[in-house]
Order: sequence, then C-alpha cells, then structure tokens
Amino acid sequence: MALTTAVPTASRSRVGSERQAARRQWWGRFALRWVVLAVLITLWQVATVAFPSPFFPQPARIFERAALLWFPGANGMLTPSMQSDVLPSLGRMLLGFSLSVVVAVALGTVIGLSRKVGDYIDPIIQFLRAVPPPALLPIFLVLFGTGDQMRVLLIAFGTAWPILLNTIEGVRSIEELKYETATVFRIGFVGRLTRIVLPGAAPKILAGVRTSLSLALILMVISEMVAASSGIGFSIVQAQRGFGFLDMWAGIVLLGIIGFLLNTVLTLIERRILGWQRSSGRETA
Amino acid sequence: MTAVATRPVQRRVSTKVTRGLTGVAVLLVLAESVSRFGIVPANILPPVSRVLSDTFGLLVDPEFLGDVGSTLTAWAVGLGMAIIVAVPLGLVLGSFRIAYEASSAVVEFMRPIPSVALIPLAILVFGQGTDMKIALVVYASLWPIFFNTVYGVRDVDPVAKETARTFRLSRIGILARVSLPYAAPLAATGVRISAAIALIVTISAELLAGSASGIGAYILRISSGGGDTSLVFAGTIVAGLIGVVVNLVLVAVERKMFAWKKEGVA
Amino acid sequence: MLNVSHLTHTYGTGAKAHLALKDITFEVQPGELVSIVGPSGCGKTTLLRTMAGLMRPTGGDLTFLGDEITSVPEGLAMVFQDYRGSLFPWLTVAANVKFPLAKLGLSKTDLAERVAESLSAVGLTGFEDRFPSQLSGGMQQRVAIARALAYRPKILLMDEPFASVDAQTREDLEDLVLSVKKKFNMTILFVTHDIDESVYLADRVVVLSKPPTFVVTTLDIPLSDNRDQIETKEDPEFIRLRGEVARLIRHPENDEVASPVADLA
Repeated sequence: MALTTAVPTASRSRVGSERQAARRQWWGRFALRWVVLAVLITLWQVATVAFPSPFFPQPARIFERAALLWFPGANGMLTPSMQSDVLPSLGRMLLGFSLSVVVAVALGTVIGLSRKVGDYIDPIIQFLRAVPPPALLPIFLVLFGTGDQMRVLLIAFGTAWPILLNTIEGVRSIEELKYETATVFRIGFVGRLTRIVLPGAAPKILAGVRTSLSLALILMVISEMVAASSGIGFSIVQAQRGFGFLDMWAGIVLLGIIGFLLNTVLTLIERRILGWQRSSGRETA
Repeated sequence: MTAVATRPVQRRVSTKVTRGLTGVAVLLVLAESVSRFGIVPANILPPVSRVLSDTFGLLVDPEFLGDVGSTLTAWAVGLGMAIIVAVPLGLVLGSFRIAYEASSAVVEFMRPIPSVALIPLAILVFGQGTDMKIALVVYASLWPIFFNTVYGVRDVDPVAKETARTFRLSRIGILARVSLPYAAPLAATGVRISAAIALIVTISAELLAGSASGIGAYILRISSGGGDTSLVFAGTIVAGLIGVVVNLVLVAVERKMFAWKKEGVA
Repeated sequence: MLNVSHLTHTYGTGAKAHLALKDITFEVQPGELVSIVGPSGCGKTTLLRTMAGLMRPTGGDLTFLGDEITSVPEGLAMVFQDYRGSLFPWLTVAANVKFPLAKLGLSKTDLAERVAESLSAVGLTGFEDRFPSQLSGGMQQRVAIARALAYRPKILLMDEPFASVDAQTREDLEDLVLSVKKKFNMTILFVTHDIDESVYLADRVVVLSKPPTFVVTTLDIPLSDNRDQIETKEDPEFIRLRGEVARLIRHPENDEVASPVADLA
C-alpha cells in the first residue's frame, strides 16, 4: 500500500470512485428502510392472522382491495372509484392549495417588505391564523353551501396561513446588508424582488409550503366527511358506516401513499430550488 | 419601496401597537357594516357586534365551559402521553443514525395519514367518548415532538460531544448531559407545535364523530340544529382564543427555560 | 510523559486510502511546552486527536505515562479551536468550569475552590454567573482553558486554540498560557499554524512536513523564561529561531512532493 510515491494526477478516477462509494452507500440505506418497512408489514400480517379482529383486517387483503379499487383495470382504463372519488379529491386539493400558495406568497411578500403594512395587519393575521382550520368547516358550510366551491375555498383558506406567515418571516429575515449591496450595484425594485427577496425567503417559504401540504390533505379529508357525496374522505366514512372495514382501511392506506408521494415531490422541488443552500448544520469553526 | 432601500428606523413599541389596533378596528368596522347594511345577509355573516357579545356570553356560560373542560382534558392527557413516548424515542433514534434511517420509510408513510382519516377507525376501536379523542390526539401529537427531538439530538455540536469525551464521559453520560440539554429547546418547540395540532384534532374529532361533549360537539350541535350562525362563529372564536392562550403560555415557559439561548457575541 | 513513536495514520481504504501521517516520532517531557507547527493540511489536528485518544491511529505507538493510549486517558484535558462549540451554552461560566469535575467526587467546598482558582488564573473572576453567549470570543476561550485547568490535568492539549480570535486578544491569551504553565507547572502540547506563536510559547518546537506528514525536526528554544510580546520578539535569537522554523516548513530537508490534499487539520 505504497502511498509514499506521488499520487497520480488522474484525480478524476479518484473522484469517480468516491462518487461510486457514495452511491453505493445511498443504495444501502435506501434498501435498509424498505426492508424494515417490509418486515413491519409482515409482522402486521402475522399479528392480524394470529389475533383476528373485524376492525383490523389483514394487510394482504387490504392491499388486494386497494388494487382492486384503484389500479387501472385490465383494459387500461381508470377504475370507477378512481374517477369518481380519488381524482376529484386530488383535484380539489391541488386547486385549493395552488390558490393559497399564489395568494399567500404574494401577500406575504408585500406585508413582509413593508413595515407599515405589517404593523397594521399583524394582529389580524395572528388572530385569524389561530382559528383551527377544521373548526372553520361549519362556518364555510354556512357561507358557501355544500358544493365543490366550498371545499376548494376551505382548503385554500386553511392552507394559506402557514405559507403566509412563513413568507412574511422569510422576507423579513433578509439582512439589510443585502439591500445595501443591491443599492451599491444599482439594482432596481423588480431585480431586488426576483434576485434577493424571493430567493432569500425561499427556504422559509418552502418550509411553510410543506406544513401546508399536510394541512391540505387534512382539510380535503375533513371537507369530504361532512355533507359530501364523493371523495376519499367520503368513501372512508361510508365504508365505516356500512361495515366495509376493508374499504375503510384501503382508503387510509391510500392517503398514506398520496401523502408520501406529495412529500417526495415537494422534496425534489425543494432540492432544485434550494440547491445553493448548505444543508442545515452548524457552522464549522 | 423605502423599507427595502433604507436602514431600519427605530420604531417605538407604541407606534406598532397603535397601528395594530387601528388595523383591527378598521377590520371590525368593515365587518360590522357589511352585515348591518345587508350587503351580506345577516344569517350568513352576522354583525360583528353580535358575534362578540355572543363570544363573551359563551365565556361565562357554565354549560359551554363544561364543553371546554372536556376538550382540554382530552387534549392535555393525549399530549402528555405523546411527550412520554416521543421524547425518549426521539433521543434514541436521533443518536443512532442507522436506526433513524431504517425507520424512515415507515415514518414517511404513516406521517401523512391525517388523524381525521382515522376517526372512523378510532370510533370502532374506542367508541365515541373521550378515549377516542385521546387516542387520536396521541397519534397526531407524536410526530412533531418526535421529529423535533431527533433534529435536536442530531444538531448537537460535535465539538461539544468531543469535549465531553476528552473529559471521559461515558456514552450515556454524553447523551444525558450534553445531547439532552442541546436537544431540549427543539423538543420544546415540538411540544408547542403538537399542542396546537392536538387542540385542532380534539375539536375536529368532536365535530366529526358527533361527540357528546367538547367545543367541537357544541359547534356541531348549534350548526346542525339550525341555530344561530352567530353562536357558531362565537364558538369558533373561543376555540381560536384558547389556541392563542396556550401558545402564549408555552412560549413564555420556553423563554424562561431557555434563557441561555441568546445569539453569541461576535 | 507522552511518547509518540512512528505514528502513522491512513484515512479510508483501498483506492480511497489517504496517508495523512507518515511517521511521527517525538516525546513530551513533564513541565515543558511543546508546540507543533506545520503547513496547512499537514494533519496537525489528526495527530492531536490521536494523542488525546479520540481516534486510534492505524499504526505506531502512543504512550502516556507508560500506558498505551487506547481511549481518552486519565489526566488529559483538551482545549479546542471552536470554543463556541466546545462550551455548553446552557451552563453558566462557573457551571461550565465545574462540568468535568462531577465525576471526581469532590466536596462542595473543594469544587467551589477549584472553580474560583481556575477562573482567577484566567482572569475571569466575577464572571461566574454569566452565560457563554454573553462573553466575547477571547473570554469564551478563557473559560474553556479554565475548565481544562479545573480538571488538574497532567497534560494539556491545545488545538490551534487562538486561531479564531483576533490578533490582540491572541497575544493576551498566549501570555495567559505562559502564566498558566508557570503557575501550575503544566505540561502543554500546543498545536498551531502560526510560526511566531509556536516559537514564542515553546520550550521545544516540533516542525511537521506537508502530508504525508513526518517530523522534519525538533528545535530547542533556549529563550529566557520571562517572555514578553514585544521584547522577546525583538530578540535576535527569537528572530533567528523563527526564521529557521519558517525555512524548515517551506523547504523541509527530504522534501517529498505530494499532491495537494484536502485540508484535514
């Protein structure tokens, strides 16, 4: 292992093998967590077989049912449940969510940038955000009826607050020094907005978006549990009332999968946008 | 865009307060007039004055206060149980990277399941009473506390741990005397977040499961009984107020406990 | 007291293997201050960490008071460069200094006495109830030194302790180290990249090469015991020694050209 001679200048091979090792490590960890998941599901299966209970069906049958309900059929077409429940639910959620992102980021930026506006509006925001979103359901039912419009608005209204607050905080947290630098380089308002304010506030904004995403899922389900005729939440409640426990569980599992997928997508987007940021960690001395 | 280009001016607290109050006042006046002048029918958006008076009425109504008590009991018990489970779990899993990585797939699937989606299941297993509420609260509160504890443990400054090693502390000694204090502030934040979520979950569960008592149950009773919209608003406002108070109390406690956490001098 | 013999250390294995320390041999006698100086990336910190028992070297012998070092030995204390990370922010200054003493089973009065003694040795009497975040960088490092002193170690390891501190504070702290050494007759191993500092403080200087690191040479520093920041540094002997160290670092005798390596120090 003579490394007393000069290291070859083919450093590219060294970098390449380093990357290989890192990739191998990543795959190892990736495999580990899925193995653990598989093991736990197996244990769950064994437990439900050993101690049968009507309320806790076997996971194997749950997945079977889920596939039956939502996987595209042999002819490649979407299943009826997928069409009438899942897709509309997701559609409403995404619509409401996008609405809230756009409005909250825009408003949050304005409020964050202007001390004056912030002073006037802060107490109002602090109060409105404290109202638990599910408790808004009765109010929204009263105000907007029982249709899709109410649901989208509920989701939009409920999810706006974390994003709004985080945007305000993110915008406010940008150091004065950055603006002074911009002045020195004679960068105008629009330039500041797109090159200093938004990128600077991005980490906090995305944190708010992540919180809001789970909130969106919750509100979507809640809005479909009351006075509804379709949707994932509706189907879960229907199943429970009709003693279709398999369907009920299938719905729950579906929500977990949807939530997982949404979070993964968000993480990918986050990584794209925040690639410049050092991963959170202490400052090295 | 003067706020962007100039130095921050030293604003006195009183200016902030006056402006804040002005903002609130303007909003209230607007809301009141919208309703009083019939722009929006009064049974949909009742006048602010009536809602406010109804809110005060509720705060002294013994029956409603009983509902509040029921909600807060389920909330507190559930939160307490969640802390007892989540903090040690977070400490352990946070210290052993492998354990955390291994559990991450499981966690990432379970975490997004909204506790409200579990209400039907909870009703089946626990009935419609307080137990059901507590179970849901525990489930929902576990995650923020757990994650924040893990982050707290992982964020421990390695130099601090190495220093402890040079003084020959055992592994457990390091966990207890270095990692735990370091993780405590973040864990406390997790508790605060969970407290808010737990309150929401309790009220939602009451609302959606048709509980016999609780703030959510009250709101359900009023709104489904074709009752006064104003009372529905009032009940919701009280729920919001409780959330605010709880949050303020926890923030004050945190500030006291972690007074040392000031930013370092350059 | 501390014996390093043919120490080597390689990071990683196979294609990724990287020889940081090639062959390090020197010893530290009781009561002396040995400074270790070398170019950036020469593995000074790796060396110090193996000597502290925080890391096991891949080859060579390391003994402290005759016993092989397999983990952190008793009677050793270390001061890190990163004082902000090393001090415990939730403890007051006094509590920080007391931290390592918890296991020693001392009485309350003894504890208080040691804390007071250590704090006065570093000039921080009166700061017992402050928190580290309320102190300047130089003062925080003093607390770290006081904490190490309270432990009454037989040997004190210092890893570039003043690199993160401004120049004038650094001079005060250097004098503090000298006074502590005199007062407690302490054995000190002081790692630095600052050549002036290494000569100013030391009884002996160990000069390291570029990686793969070996000991270029060990220089005796026959300067007077009463060192002064201005007078000593005007002393022609100091200037000569300092120049020699600088030359040794730049052009070590058996200069082996190694490719640039990621900074390990």
